[in-house]
Amino acid sequence: MIAGAPRLAAVGDEAAYKIHARLEGVTRVYPPRAGHAEVHALGPISFDLRAGEFFSVVGPSGCGKSTLLDVLAGLAVPSAGTVEFEGKPVHGEVPDGVGVVFQEDASFPWLTVEDNVAFGLRRAGVDAAESKRRVDFAVAFMGLRDFSRAYPSQLSGGMRQRVCIARTLVMQPRLILLDEPFGALDQQTRLLMGDELLRLWRETSATVLLITHALDEANLLSDRIGVMSARPGRFLDIVETGWPRDRDSRLAERADFGAVTSRLWSYLRGESLRALGQGTAAR
Amino acid sequence: MSGGMLTLRAWRDPILVAISLVALWQVLHEIAGDSAVTAPAPTLAHLWEMIGQARFLPHLRETSLAFLQALAIACGGGVLIGVVLGGHKLTGEVAEPILVALYSVPKITLYPVILLLFGLGMPAKVAFGALHGIIPVVLFTMNAVRNVNRTYLRAGRAMRLTPAQTGWYVLVPATLPEIFSGLRIGFSLTLLGTMLGELFASQRGLGFLLMTAIDLHDVKTILSIAVLISIFAIAANAALLAIDKHLHRGAAPEVSGKP
Repeated sequence: MIAGAPRLAAVGDEAAYKIHARLEGVTRVYPPRAGHAEVHALGPISFDLRAGEFFSVVGPSGCGKSTLLDVLAGLAVPSAGTVEFEGKPVHGEVPDGVGVVFQEDASFPWLTVEDNVAFGLRRAGVDAAESKRRVDFAVAFMGLRDFSRAYPSQLSGGMRQRVCIARTLVMQPRLILLDEPFGALDQQTRLLMGDELLRLWRETSATVLLITHALDEANLLSDRIGVMSARPGRFLDIVETGWPRDRDSRLAERADFGAVTSRLWSYLRGESLRALGQGTAAR
Repeated sequence: MSGGMLTLRAWRDPILVAISLVALWQVLHEIAGDSAVTAPAPTLAHLWEMIGQARFLPHLRETSLAFLQALAIACGGGVLIGVVLGGHKLTGEVAEPILVALYSVPKITLYPVILLLFGLGMPAKVAFGALHGIIPVVLFTMNAVRNVNRTYLRAGRAMRLTPAQTGWYVLVPATLPEIFSGLRIGFSLTLLGTMLGELFASQRGLGFLLMTAIDLHDVKTILSIAVLISIFAIAANAALLAIDKHLHRGAAPEVSGKP
């Protein structure tokens, strides 16, 4: 249903990847404010997002993960460096083809589930029949059919986050950016939502960038995982998992699964301690 | 939710209030006697008779007109000022304590000044009514605008809305429930202010009738007018409360916390 970016060649052959989005020397510095010194939140960071991949970003808290997503989405302007999406520069405006799901519940409480999902389509002037077709599909895909006329306040946190994902999905994004979308959910719900996310990724062929603080989640879902340092956030390494495309949460049973999580943790242990130290010093 | 259920629930409380008030009224009558509190039945009969009289209607019209004008100024002006103050952080922070202080001033002490400014008659009543109603409307609107969930605005940007679309489809529905709560309080206070304005130095209106009746010790008329205004206030408040509840239907009963 969703126009996807072209599928990719074999793993390992850099030249064969189509670059979907590119960050070059991106930094983000928050200017000093009353009583606070200047904060260098991010970068310099450079990396390419390959078309159709599932890329996760992990890092200690406060390392600028969300800032990275904001810059990539066009919701924040980098202090230096350039951001490109499909070859065009991104600067302070969300490009067509990019969908964002936030950490906080962004469902509109005054609209029913159905109207929430249809919101972006209506504003974009998509005609009613097409809009209804897409909304029905997305609502069903996210398992919300029985709740299409409910208001968000009648739903659990996980369901509301699904509403937000469905709302992004109907716009048929080619790049989906998710900022810790399951951060507020319990562990079981997270695992199931992860499976749903994988299914969505496979069926839409979209490129996905997921910000998360859960190492297992990053490991399970991703083709590649960018490990960020404590503030100012930079990539310490980008880990290739090599998992098959039709994976799900049962992947965690594999013997080599733990090795990847351990590797992520070995990078992050020191950084997390550093981040903790920064927090103590700031207090 | 069914509309029937909503209506039933919305009307249950005011009906209970009305029954209790009539019962209390009867008890007061038994204690105080006709010279202070006439009984409910003859008073209501007198009210009915009064409403039928041609000389009563101009007074009712005068009060209604004053109230509606005051309400329009309080609501329209209040929302406008509130949006401006809410939209500009510094201005709002400076204005809020001043508004709260003004709100706690007994405004009746300013009535002589209002009378000197506007003269006797309609404009003074309108000004006094609006003066009572406008501050809560400003405060509620300002807070509604100030506390708009930033995530909604970010979601709007992520869905590539134009500023006009963000205003109409996100800001308006996001702030409307709280603004309406302000309008509801503004409504009650505007009514209070308008009536107060009519009680002193007026030549027409329900307040004038009330003061005349006091001079003549016409207890039946005093209570009739009180009942008429009470019925209007209770009914209007119930209707506004029903709308208020409807607008707040989407508000989350609890926010899901982080683990």
